Amino acid sequence: MKRRSLFLNISAGLGFLFLYAPIIALVIYSFNASKLVTVWGGWSLKWYAELFRNDQIIDAALLSFKIAFITATLAVVLGTMAGFVLSRFGPFRGKMILSGWISAPLVMPEVITGLSLLLLFVAMEAAFGWPAGRGTGTIIIAHTTFCMAYVAVIVQARLSSMDESLEEAAMDLGAKPSSLFFLVTLPLISPAIISGWLLSFTLSLDDLVIASFVSGPGNSTLPMVIFSKVRLGVTPEVNALATLMILVVALGVIGAMYQMRRQARLLAQPDN
Amino acid sequence: MTSPQHTDLSQISERTNVQLPSWKSDAQPFVQIENITKKFDDFIAVDNISLDIYKNELFCLLGGSGSGKSTLLRMLAGFETPTSGRILIDGVDMAGIQPWSRPVNMMFQSYALFPHLTVAENVAFGLKREGIRGAEVKQRVTEMLDLVQLGHLGKRKPNQLSGGQRQRVALARSLIKRPKLLLLDEPLGALDKKLREETQFELINIQDELGVTFVVVTHDQEEAMTLASRIGVMNHGVIVQTDEPQDVYEYPNSRFVAEFVGSVNLFEGQVTVDEPDTVCVTSPEAGGELCVNHGISCAPNQDVHVAVRPEKIRVSETRPDQTYNCLQGTILDIAYMGSLSVFKVKLASGKEVRVTQPNTNRESGGRFTWDDSVYLSWDMDSCVVLTS
Amino acid sequence: MSASKIAWINDSYAKMTRYNFFRRVNWGRFSVVSVPYLWLAIFFFIPFVVVFKISLSEAAIAVPPYTPILDWNLEEAYVTLKISLSNYLFLLEDDFYLSAYLSSIKVAAISTFFTLLVAFPIAYLMARTEGSTRALLLALVILPFWTSFLLRVYAWMGLLKKNGLINETLMSLGLIDQPLIMMQTDFAVYIGIVYTYLPFMVLPLYSALEKMDMTLLEAAEDLGARPYQSFFLITLPLAMPGVIAGCLLVFIPAVGEFVIPALLGGSDTLMIGRVLWDEFFLNRDWPMASGVAVVMLIILVLPIMLIRNSQGKEGAA
Repeated sequence: MKRRSLFLNISAGLGFLFLYAPIIALVIYSFNASKLVTVWGGWSLKWYAELFRNDQIIDAALLSFKIAFITATLAVVLGTMAGFVLSRFGPFRGKMILSGWISAPLVMPEVITGLSLLLLFVAMEAAFGWPAGRGTGTIIIAHTTFCMAYVAVIVQARLSSMDESLEEAAMDLGAKPSSLFFLVTLPLISPAIISGWLLSFTLSLDDLVIASFVSGPGNSTLPMVIFSKVRLGVTPEVNALATLMILVVALGVIGAMYQMRRQARLLAQPDN
Repeated sequence: MTSPQHTDLSQISERTNVQLPSWKSDAQPFVQIENITKKFDDFIAVDNISLDIYKNELFCLLGGSGSGKSTLLRMLAGFETPTSGRILIDGVDMAGIQPWSRPVNMMFQSYALFPHLTVAENVAFGLKREGIRGAEVKQRVTEMLDLVQLGHLGKRKPNQLSGGQRQRVALARSLIKRPKLLLLDEPLGALDKKLREETQFELINIQDELGVTFVVVTHDQEEAMTLASRIGVMNHGVIVQTDEPQDVYEYPNSRFVAEFVGSVNLFEGQVTVDEPDTVCVTSPEAGGELCVNHGISCAPNQDVHVAVRPEKIRVSETRPDQTYNCLQGTILDIAYMGSLSVFKVKLASGKEVRVTQPNTNRESGGRFTWDDSVYLSWDMDSCVVLTS
Repeated sequence: MSASKIAWINDSYAKMTRYNFFRRVNWGRFSVVSVPYLWLAIFFFIPFVVVFKISLSEAAIAVPPYTPILDWNLEEAYVTLKISLSNYLFLLEDDFYLSAYLSSIKVAAISTFFTLLVAFPIAYLMARTEGSTRALLLALVILPFWTSFLLRVYAWMGLLKKNGLINETLMSLGLIDQPLIMMQTDFAVYIGIVYTYLPFMVLPLYSALEKMDMTLLEAAEDLGARPYQSFFLITLPLAMPGVIAGCLLVFIPAVGEFVIPALLGGSDTLMIGRVLWDEFFLNRDWPMASGVAVVMLIILVLPIMLIRNSQGKEGAA
């Protein structure tokens, strides 16, 4: 028994090492003074300074943040509706199709999604002149489509794990369907909505393939700029950028965990 | 630890009056537990227990949750390693022998039936691990399923069975390897009351038929009473009393055992007469002298408790003709329970006494009513003196 | 957090019964259903129809760069329907495409297998620990998932390249004389896929293993099974729903992966996602790219249906 758990610990430990070694190496090398990425030239913040002087990266980052913000908000609205419909509306005609459309984008290869949306936009433009050209708007639509699927799944999972009797109690106390949703259901699923928003934001910020298909000229998102840079090899500025992004994400996750643990501790106290 | 001398051995129970039970002969113990201690970090789950269990016994470890009874059982199965001490099964030291190599099988409280295997595959699991294949597996599985009356359900999955059926699959699975020792963790705990009563006797019959030694862990004293040839009562990691069921009930050796096994009235008092075959205790709480027809060993003037079971007490309107074991009080509460009635009687000292009276005829339930003044009495051989 | 619980949590299929929606017609309800429905119909379903349509046309130097399938002229009163199967014929005839599909499936399958191998101990450890340790491990698994996918692939470039960290370390330790060629090989692509898709495997495995009653393993041992036997006879069969879900969640997107082979793979690492990309962006052959996409979709329909199936079972259990 002991031996097995040692084996388990070692193999899981190697797994975690595999997961984190590249990230740690990346972070360390972002502080490397040397231009040659593999030669250690001492600690330095010069690549961070370089990064903030790079207008192309800054512009792309601003565009990406804008797209991610709008996408996440739209995806949360649409995804919550879809998740709510699927788990609380009971059976209705076409439910099977809707749930299929919700789960398929999650695994659909991005090249297919990107290509198909681009061809749709082109066909629509030819047919009724909208969308006129491609750019920020088409990227937002494309991102919203696959992000809402994630939100729907999260909301649905939360709703199905939630006690339906809470909603029944509210109805019993006289809440009409619309006020029931806004007064009871929505507050209860708010953790799912928040994580859905954050996930959508991250996914949108991260997407390269779909954005490449549906964006127009002059609309380069951050991943597109990064991709064109790293395709040519490792660049120290990207190391710095990656480190900043990892820092933000790590802080966010740690904050969320802290918040969850605090809530769990509050809930664990009986009769307070 | 030993109970006071008492009635003739051969009359103790029907099951054992044919031959002298092995724990009273000079037989070699089958399971020897020697000074076993198990610590989890700072918590002592099992505290220096020594215990011998003999062949063909149905030994019950009885105790509340956290008493260490399950830990002891798991050490016998090999899932926990003792911190100190050793366990011998059939004369072989079990130290370092892994669960899969022990001549022991266990029936788990949750039954732990493999949900992805059919009933027959579950039962066959142990045989196949011994390298037995083909017709022999089939034949032995059929035999075993017939023994537990599940021959027709071999192809079902565990989740298609009722609770009672699952329990019997678990039993069949743990018996198929013909273990020398079968460990049962709360074997009837998950069954409802009626089923539990039926299954108790079935379990005893199977044990008789196969001649396997059973060690049963339970928190249910009724279950222990019906099943066991001997009971070990556990508390805080220690076995406080090991005896036959009747002795545990009639001659508890401590207040803990008296209160844990059945219900009891305890009267605190001081010894006034201390002779080899009579002990008398003056109890202000009881408001009189209480006498017992067995000797005790204790210091003079030591505080002791006299324990008397509710069903041993007689209730009468008039004062009975005895000077000892006779108390007066008023009826505080009556609960009619069909076969018997339970009375709560309040003594002058404020002490409440619980008395049960069988309803031997239809009218006897209504003999007494609330606030009646009554006398309570019992015989010298109906109570015991507890020094601890 | 539970984002990556992805698609297998869905009990709605099991509860499906035929029911006339309009019998309970209610406009509030109807509009709540129709908004996400319409959005997905327009931006998820119809695009596939468009892709299919364009795959039946031919490339042309025009805007948009393909020939119309349906052409009409009301004055001269004619309608022509021109369907071209040339793209599909070309796909079948040219070994290049066939081997690209096969090699994508091979790369995806091998990577999926290694992802399973790496993920299993992690998921198992998570399922066997409790309380805050478990929460910490879960966070450690999910955290990289929240960082940029592109940057995580990029991180491996710095490790795998000829004068990268791994080679430098091994050489300075004297374990190798020559740097190992790892970048621009299939090996690097496997690493990239295993690395980026690991959480998709760990989480379904974890949720299957977490449900497992650990006393089953004790029962197996008690009946004479050694640890490796209890693993193969009990743990693995019970984790099967998680194994299947995880494998599909890794395999399907991996088949169409573009970024990983583009950054880590060599010019000979043939993957269909990359072929599609090149057809579209380099050759500007939209109909051919559509044809490639349609065939890829046909290949993936079966595994995608399987995912939905395993969801349904999960819901019913």
